[in-house]
Amino acid sequence: MSEGLEKEIRETVDSVYRSDSRRVLATLIRLLGDFDLAEEAMHDAFIAAVEQWQREGVPKNPAAWLISTGRFKAIDAMRRRARFDASLGEIVKQLEAAAGDTSGWNEEAVEDDRLRLIFTCCHPALAPDAQVALTLREVCGLATEEIARAFLTTAPTVAQRIVRAKRKIHDARIPYQVPSQRDLPDRLDAVLRVIYLVFNEGYSASSGSSLTRHDLSGEAIRLGRLLIELLPEPEAIGLLALMLLQESRRAARASPTGELILLGDQDRSLWNRDQIAEGIALVEQALSSRRFGPYSLQAAIAAVHAEAPSTEATDWAQIVGLYDVLMRVEPSPVIELNRAVAVAMRDGPAAGLALIDALLSQGDLQNYHLAHSARADLCRRLGKVVEARTSYQAALRLTQQEPERRFLERRLRELSNPL
Amino acid sequence: MQYLLMCCFDETKWEQIPEAQRDKVMKEYHALLQDLAKSGHLQAGAKLRPSTAAITVRRKNGKAAMTDGPFAETKEQLGGYHLIECKDLDEAIAIANRIPTLPFGGAIEVRPIDFQER
Repeated sequence: MSEGLEKEIRETVDSVYRSDSRRVLATLIRLLGDFDLAEEAMHDAFIAAVEQWQREGVPKNPAAWLISTGRFKAIDAMRRRARFDASLGEIVKQLEAAAGDTSGWNEEAVEDDRLRLIFTCCHPALAPDAQVALTLREVCGLATEEIARAFLTTAPTVAQRIVRAKRKIHDARIPYQVPSQRDLPDRLDAVLRVIYLVFNEGYSASSGSSLTRHDLSGEAIRLGRLLIELLPEPEAIGLLALMLLQESRRAARASPTGELILLGDQDRSLWNRDQIAEGIALVEQALSSRRFGPYSLQAAIAAVHAEAPSTEATDWAQIVGLYDVLMRVEPSPVIELNRAVAVAMRDGPAAGLALIDALLSQGDLQNYHLAHSARADLCRRLGKVVEARTSYQAALRLTQQEPERRFLERRLRELSNPL
Repeated sequence: MQYLLMCCFDETKWEQIPEAQRDKVMKEYHALLQDLAKSGHLQAGAKLRPSTAAITVRRKNGKAAMTDGPFAETKEQLGGYHLIECKDLDEAIAIANRIPTLPFGGAIEVRPIDFQER
């Protein structure tokens, strides 16, 4: 056996791992009925591939080979364990029975398995941070260390979360299936929430010196693409559109030294036009369903910004109109705040300031730094220097992000020394 | 697979609901339980007397200690339970969501059974 052949096979196996390991895992979980068993089986199958493909050649359908090999190795391993532990005998019988009825390769079944995996990882019975960790690990294939780094926590913490989640899936018997039509809307909401949470962690880190961790955003977009490939629901399409449109501004959002640049001040020539084009097409697709969900509406707002050549030339009236619809679908103080900012652009700062003051007096946004910085900005535009200063200082007290702090400090300095 | 549904609710709030409405809910509840018995889901269950009828037994310094009332001083108290047989958690959750007292408040804990004693 030549070294050259071994190297070639290893590269092939690595490439198959990158492209197919997730769908192999998803199917093995269904066949073996257990996450850990499936992971072990997949691991063993890939090891076997390196050895056997050198002798037998690369199979025409590597994923099918890996699933079949993984399943047999798992049953073999369980049989051996059952010799020492009689209680496992029942499980071995079940596995053998299940193996009997899967003959041949079924592309559709495999795609269903990927959906089953996503919905199981995002089951509402699991704690939200467990859903995120499990999804990143099992669906995206991220290592525990990568997940820990992304969420600014430790690897043992993430590992614990994942272990507990798998145990809960087993103990409570969370089924490995795509939800029924009746349950689908709520369950899909949970999946979209996880994906958007991952995207937002990548888009703006919740604390620390760097504004973005864009590998996470890329991961979320990949997940979004996978989801609409398997389940082209309007809100899933809307979420992907929203993420692409927000991502398109990445290069313009921060200066080379990491300074925050607001949407109104961004160099639009740096916006990624391919992502914008794709995002806009997806928005149109989502809205054409006539089902106006919050993600699709937020994507529509992002699309209006993306199509505008400048802040001044932006169709603010349309944006306010979209916020009006969004408010009916998903009323929230943060959305009201964003609407107030848009109203200020359409009707002048005084109109926006009145809305923000009303919101702040209601109490929900008292601890939201963006509410205070938006108020400060409007006061500044109205020449109300003292009030602007108070609000910038309030915002400063409420944010831990370095780039945001530097931005607010700069604004405060500019108030004292207008250029 | 068996699950225990533990139905918790605010007893004071429940008493404030007009009697006619309470009766209607109980009729629906009774119909649901008959349904579940027929489908083979319902294994056992009971409505409990109010938490004021409870006594809690503990050990303190090695001696038996009793207190008047339920073990947890919470606004929502256990009012009844249902032991159900289901194929998986989603089926158990679907059944819990059918319980007619839910729209009036309260919570239903769904706990998987480890093993039965008898």
